Amino acid sequence: MYDVIVVGAGPAGMTAAIYARRASKTVLLLEAVSYGGQIINTPDIENYPVEAHISGFDFSQKLYEQTKALGAEFKFEKVVEIKDENGVKTVITNKGSYEGKAVIIATGSENRKLGVEGEDALRGRGISYCATCDGNFYRNKVVAVVGGGNTALEDALYLADLAEKVYLIHRRDSFRGEETTVSRLKERQNVEFIYNSTVTKLIAEKRLKAIEVTDKISGSVREIELNGLFVAVGRVPENQNFANLVELDEAGYIVAGEDCRTKCAGIFVAGDNRTKTLRQLVTATADGAMAATEAVKYINL
Amino acid sequence: MAIKELNKQQFEEEVLKSDVPVLVDFNAAWCEPCRMMKPILDEIEGENPKFKIVSVNIDEEDELADDYDVTSIPCLVVFKGGEEVNRSVGLISKDEILALAEG
Repeated sequence: MYDVIVVGAGPAGMTAAIYARRASKTVLLLEAVSYGGQIINTPDIENYPVEAHISGFDFSQKLYEQTKALGAEFKFEKVVEIKDENGVKTVITNKGSYEGKAVIIATGSENRKLGVEGEDALRGRGISYCATCDGNFYRNKVVAVVGGGNTALEDALYLADLAEKVYLIHRRDSFRGEETTVSRLKERQNVEFIYNSTVTKLIAEKRLKAIEVTDKISGSVREIELNGLFVAVGRVPENQNFANLVELDEAGYIVAGEDCRTKCAGIFVAGDNRTKTLRQLVTATADGAMAATEAVKYINL
Repeated sequence: MAIKELNKQQFEEEVLKSDVPVLVDFNAAWCEPCRMMKPILDEIEGENPKFKIVSVNIDEEDELADDYDVTSIPCLVVFKGGEEVNRSVGLISKDEILALAEG
């Protein structure tokens, strides 16, 4: 039996492991893919205290080494369910099951999909969820960005420097993202705004070659030939497997305050999958510290 | 044995004409998830798998990336008898890589 089982080895999960280890608790970290979480996609982190610039890769690597050196155990297995019986938590993965006194859920979030037929098959064949990762494939080509938040706006701006033409498709008539980014985009000659519209069809021949865009107000349909489509319509928390134990809000986030305690005693949540207003690296690590401290308190009761 | 990086000519010989299945890792130096995947691939390589692992740098071999419609990396493509049989985009776990290559 472990003292603390942490689900997800991103910045929140690994920080939780550090705090729990420093409180002399045994820790198992279960991670479905690879340590690091979504921060590994960030080429340059500029807003984390102390380091003015660090890549997401280096950040993850250092955090992993620190966590490992403190004696946390890592297993790369996907958690499918958590059970709570008489206070003992059983975490079931695709390979086995583990018992713990407390569990910290730090599974983060994943990219929201467009939900248009053929999207999965075309991922990596014209469809991308990361402009800074895949922008280089579209030098002097035609691309579209879908979305209206900061990520969509920043993606469009980034791509405007590389691509011949960028369409920005948004389902509303105004943007949720920052005003300054919107005005910088409007100055670009090669950016065309398409408002009140959604992508309703993907047209492909081995790779994506065109999209069908429907204007929600007029109902008119337009076909746009392009090489790449960047989807930036937000993220969804990965909490579905825990709905039996904890409370989820309408958007799927685990309901918990700053103390990271869920409605189930001994189960805590840390990071982007918790209900909160600011989802940043620094708030993820803060959650990790808080969740571990609360978990230790719970165990020592 | 380290994972060999291939150019277009070597690709023909080492991948398309290979007797054993080949897992091709399309990557680039600036791709952070590719850097995360590298040690996982090295680990698999060290366990003498029944397939060959090779690497293609898409900045140096953009024609190869284009030939195989690779537009996101990391991208793993499995070849058997000169034909693509499986593919995955994005960082995946060791188990998923093994399932992809052996599946």
